[in-house]
Amino acid sequence: MKEIIKIVDLKRYFKVGEETVKALRGVSFTIHEGEFVTIMGTSGSGKSTLLNTLGCLDTPTSGEYLLDGISVQKMGKNERAKIRNRKIGFIFQNYNLLPKTTAMENVELPLIYNPTVSAKERAERAERCLRDVGLGERLYHKSNQMSGGQQQRVAIARALVNNPVIILADEATGNLDTRTSFSILTLFQRLHREGKTIIFVTHNPDLALYSSRNIMLRDGRITSDEYNHNIQSAEEALRALPKDMDE
Amino acid sequence: MIAANLLKVALKAMNNNKMRCFLTMLGVIIGVGAVIAMLAIGQGSKNSIKAQISEMGSNMIMIFPGSENRGGVRQSASDMQTLKPADYEALSREAQGILYMTPTVNGSGQWIYGNNNYPSQAQGVNTQYLDIRQRTVSEGEMFTEEDVRNAAKVCVLGKTLVENLFPDGTDPIGKVVRFGKIPMTVIGVLDEKGYNTMGQDQDDLALVPYTTVMKRVLASDYLQGIQASAVDENRTQETISEITDILRDQHRLREDQDSDFTIRSMQELAEMISSTSSMMTVLLAAVAGISLLVGGIGIMNIMIVSVTERTREIGLRMSIGATGRDIMMQFLIEAVILSVTGGILGILIGALATWMISIFANWPVAISTTSVVLSFAVCTIIGIVFGFYPAAKASRLDPIEAIRYE
Repeated sequence: MKEIIKIVDLKRYFKVGEETVKALRGVSFTIHEGEFVTIMGTSGSGKSTLLNTLGCLDTPTSGEYLLDGISVQKMGKNERAKIRNRKIGFIFQNYNLLPKTTAMENVELPLIYNPTVSAKERAERAERCLRDVGLGERLYHKSNQMSGGQQQRVAIARALVNNPVIILADEATGNLDTRTSFSILTLFQRLHREGKTIIFVTHNPDLALYSSRNIMLRDGRITSDEYNHNIQSAEEALRALPKDMDE
Repeated sequence: MIAANLLKVALKAMNNNKMRCFLTMLGVIIGVGAVIAMLAIGQGSKNSIKAQISEMGSNMIMIFPGSENRGGVRQSASDMQTLKPADYEALSREAQGILYMTPTVNGSGQWIYGNNNYPSQAQGVNTQYLDIRQRTVSEGEMFTEEDVRNAAKVCVLGKTLVENLFPDGTDPIGKVVRFGKIPMTVIGVLDEKGYNTMGQDQDDLALVPYTTVMKRVLASDYLQGIQASAVDENRTQETISEITDILRDQHRLREDQDSDFTIRSMQELAEMISSTSSMMTVLLAAVAGISLLVGGIGIMNIMIVSVTERTREIGLRMSIGATGRDIMMQFLIEAVILSVTGGILGILIGALATWMISIFANWPVAISTTSVVLSFAVCTIIGIVFGFYPAAKASRLDPIEAIRYE
């Protein structure tokens, strides 16, 4: 399998006044194509810093980071913006959709910054992705007219629209109720089955049951890195939930 | 490609905040409107002054006896005896730059016809006076060269005199009026010209051959002045120095002696008047320009608010691949659209205001293309200048912090 992400002895220090905060103290792992990895840790464990680094928003103090075979850590701001645009799909806890904007326009957003995609192709791809996440009926609904679950689906469609090599989800179910969480998780599992590579950062240990691999972080170091050979189905869990918690 | 997309993004953002955009634009609209209207008023009054001056003859040159820089007690020009008919003849022989020329000798007194009388001037001139002053004889005819040679007792009356001497509407042509004790035959009536810029009644005069005034009215050998028109109004200055040379020669003045005559040109007067009006225009435009500047600051203010308000959006755009430059362009385009749209509306409103001023206040106005082009350019520059700081601020945001901004 192709190596999508390879990090070697990644360190990230921040200078806060006189002190140096060591957010990452040497993290190494390799993620192959088609993996669904959950990264867990309590707050302060360095998982946000790791996510920012993997998402090319931040550069490591030392260590090596190869994304899809490309060395990222020496890149300048604009090059990193381009990498984010072409290779990464972001999903955030609070969806981060543009207000008063239709689902289509929100999903088209990453392609606006890619001059090689024409307006026509942009609309086609956005529509396909929205149908893919089950929002074919709500293409032109505005973001503020949709429920949390629907908004997160739009955000997932937005993360898929540029055909990224990796999808980075930051607490993607953190703001949703249990039932909606499971339906979103079901969607992630489907994307995984279809061959997408997903990194899901969360502090919720239950989610490890549904991913193919779980990495635990503590104080900027990996404490465990285990493959899950008995992946639970989020769809079944959703069915098992009592019916009264409607979306 | 990206620029077109950014334009769409900017338009979309503005569409979401229509009221705010309009209020922001209002500053620019009022500023530009004021600049356009003020410049139109300034330009209009300048044009009308120019027109009046050229009506008076903008290529006119006036020669008076007496020096302007001689010390001691100075006499009034008409009492000085330095200009003689011989000077006039010398000028008409030698001066190349002069198109028309007339000696002037004025006598004042009472014009009398029957029971009516009116105090006015008898302007002693020759036949070229009409060409210099750009006047015509509307009834009857002008006196001839021969009348001048013979010091004939004929006169051409201005409208004001006609009205006062012939209040019952009698045709004055051929009637004999008296100037003081001297009887004169009315042979023509001048066209009506009304009051000039200085408030003088240009119809309150009578033209008489200058020889008649010299010999029969004043009994004097001297001229009170010479009026001439230059061949080319742009070469008035050269003509003036030519006249100076000829007259100094004629009067046999040495190098170190002051001239015993003074030359004035209408152009000097025109320049003086139009420089006053230019200064007014600049002043008005400056005041209006300040309001335009305030409008620009309004744009900057609202853009800064907008950048802060949309920090999360900026963070999101950056994290999905917008470069700092993309963000900067987005906000800069927004600022420029605000200012340029405001500018266009301002030009329209300024034009409307100008039109209303000309209709209701009846002021002379003229919108110049320059003022329109200039305000448009200034608006664009204002958009860029005042949009730059907020846009740069937005482009420097750190996406990690921006996206978590509450």
